[in-house]
Amino acid sequence: MLKAVILIGGPQKGTRFRPLSFEVPKPLFPVAGVPMIQHHIEACVKVPNMKEILLIGFYQPNEELNRFLSSAQQEFRVSIRYLQEYAALSTGGGIYHFRDQILSGGPEAFFVMNADVCSEFPLPEMLEFQKEHGDGRSFVIQGTTANRKQSLNYGCIVENQDTNEVLHYVEKPSTFVSDIINCGIYLFTPEIFHHIGLVFQKHQRDLLLEEQVNGWQRAEVIRLEQDIFTTLAGQGKLYVYTTNRFWSQIKSAGSAIYASRLYLSQYHKTHPERLARNREGSPVIIGNVYIHPTAAIDPTAVLGPNVSIGKGVSIGAGVRVRESIILHGATLQDHCCVLNSIVGWDSTIGKWARVEGTPSDPNPNDPYAKIDSETLFRDGKLTPSITILGCNVSIPSEVIILNSIVLPHKDLNRSFKNQIIL
Amino acid sequence: MKALILVGGYGTRLRPLTLSVPKPLVEFCNKPILLHQVEALVKAGVNHVVLAVSYMSDLLEREMKAQEERLGIRISLSHEKEPLGTAGPLALARNLLTDNSDPFFVLNSDVICDFPFEEMVKFHKNHGRQGTIAVTRVEEPSKYGVVIYEGDSGQIHRFVEKPQVFVSNKINAGLYIFSPSMLDRIQLRPTSIEKEIFPVMAQEGHLYAMELEGFWMDIGQPKDFLTGMCLYLQSLRQQSPERLRTGPGFLGNVLVDPSAQIGNNCTIGPNVTIGADVVLEDGVRIKRCTVLRGARVRSHSWLESCIIGWSSSVGQWVRMENVTVLGEDVIVNDELYLNGANVLPHKSIAESVPEPRIIM
Repeated sequence: MLKAVILIGGPQKGTRFRPLSFEVPKPLFPVAGVPMIQHHIEACVKVPNMKEILLIGFYQPNEELNRFLSSAQQEFRVSIRYLQEYAALSTGGGIYHFRDQILSGGPEAFFVMNADVCSEFPLPEMLEFQKEHGDGRSFVIQGTTANRKQSLNYGCIVENQDTNEVLHYVEKPSTFVSDIINCGIYLFTPEIFHHIGLVFQKHQRDLLLEEQVNGWQRAEVIRLEQDIFTTLAGQGKLYVYTTNRFWSQIKSAGSAIYASRLYLSQYHKTHPERLARNREGSPVIIGNVYIHPTAAIDPTAVLGPNVSIGKGVSIGAGVRVRESIILHGATLQDHCCVLNSIVGWDSTIGKWARVEGTPSDPNPNDPYAKIDSETLFRDGKLTPSITILGCNVSIPSEVIILNSIVLPHKDLNRSFKNQIIL
Repeated sequence: MKALILVGGYGTRLRPLTLSVPKPLVEFCNKPILLHQVEALVKAGVNHVVLAVSYMSDLLEREMKAQEERLGIRISLSHEKEPLGTAGPLALARNLLTDNSDPFFVLNSDVICDFPFEEMVKFHKNHGRQGTIAVTRVEEPSKYGVVIYEGDSGQIHRFVEKPQVFVSNKINAGLYIFSPSMLDRIQLRPTSIEKEIFPVMAQEGHLYAMELEGFWMDIGQPKDFLTGMCLYLQSLRQQSPERLRTGPGFLGNVLVDPSAQIGNNCTIGPNVTIGADVVLEDGVRIKRCTVLRGARVRSHSWLESCIIGWSSSVGQWVRMENVTVLGEDVIVNDELYLNGANVLPHKSIAESVPEPRIIM
């Protein structure tokens, strides 16, 4: 049997996702209409013999998470549990801490996935790949090709081109090492805990040698990337399954719009029922659009491409929405225009208002380009990015909000451009 | 009576509109700028208008022929081979202006106001000297040349260019009436009437100021063109409100040509002029704009402080503001944002212009 672990992090992580992560844990932020990690779960349940999915992170148990867990269990008929770390133990420490839970029932292998990646999750292919490489019980990292410049922002993998064995692994190097990067999706056998255990014991010994023990230094904080993969490289245990199917990180809010686009186009194959269609008496749909069944949309509105409309959203006459995510309970009044933006929960946009951002899409002319997890500021100026309205923001009629981030519960009274509005 | 209108050159300040149409023929509130002046002159008894132009335009000549017939007056074009400033054209047209002893008007062609030509004649005849200039009050006299004159009689003492301390808030409004003898002061060479002729006339006690009532605006550039439109429409509201459009969907002062088509759920105004054959589709919001003949604004667009050139087309969900001026036959694609764009004729715009600039 098989299991899967999704590393969901905690509230101190995902700050680049603010102000949206104030309202909902980032792993539950809707991408293409469903919570980010539901895409992981849907991929997992398609794998035969998948018995359990474990979410590991350091969020306090909360209502959002509980509701998601129980509805997902019902929908997918598989055990889905949340295991809370007592502190942030990093990518290797978390699974090591809960190794008994993962190994209970005796899985021969298990997947580990970062929550903040968007992927086609070619899990059956990884299982197949595992059988055909090394001794058939090796560890597999999903890799993808990046361009030389952007590879420096990721974990870089050097492989033996004949055997696909990982010869060298380095996390975010300062000079070019390899254009194959780590996708944050792994397939391990239980033996991985032996290797993590070695690192844990080394940490323990190192800590004993320290004269003063700092409270925050824990032997259990172990990083898969720097502590495990770096050591395993070149030992005939670690292999890279390289695929150029779609993959992206979801670090910034801007990348959520890009990830939505990737998942929406995948829906043609996986969930055609989630894509809105042009019908008499319903709004005009351009390209791929997700509309929650409870949304009320005037038939003269024009939506798409790449639009997700959440629960209970109300959209008036002559509204235009393109490349945007409208979160639940938002109201878009007549004739307003929303482009490249995320509109927060219960926000209101007035008549003829224009809410517009600048897309941060990867360079379309470079097949290996990834989205830049850009910093907010460059040369002391806010870089033009998507516009984000936090929850319960009110935009008056006829103004323009351009390339701005509006924090929650603000009533704006005029136009803003290139600003963060506290 | 006669009048000389100083039309001058290419009207570069009102580009890109004047790249397609000579400035005097650009419609201001649905009537060519020049006709606002000419019709007011005719009403005051002028039967011969001389246009001082420094470039020739077939379009202008043809249009003036038509107006001669329509108004039953004579319109002559006095063509300067070289620019003669603001006084030189008077010398050039001397023969046309002096075939009788009546006083004659001289006008800057960029000025819009409630032209008080009859009062000017009366005032001029009353003081009996060579010249009268209309003056108007401004808020920031430090930006202009101001006129200092006797409050009761209007006799002008002197002119002060861009005063640093307050001396007066009255400026030369660009409307004059002169007796023919004044022409003896002007040679046929480039001369500034404001700087070289008026100060001498004032010194000799030959120049009087008449205060304008009501609005006044120099509409020679797009920003002021729009401000002038607001003032003119307000004056229409007081004088002939029946010419303004009212009803659901119309706010404040809105002038609409009867041939224009306006869609459902639009909100138009305040301060909008819609020209002939213009089409506004459904759900359009326009305020403080002039939309010139034959232009189309597609549904759900939002326009403020813009001039939309002849036969231009603005796409759906476009936002344009901050003195965006489209020349003739410009196409703005759907969903764009134009902020202070100045677009030359026959351009197609496919990208937003978030900061003011000129689109060649």
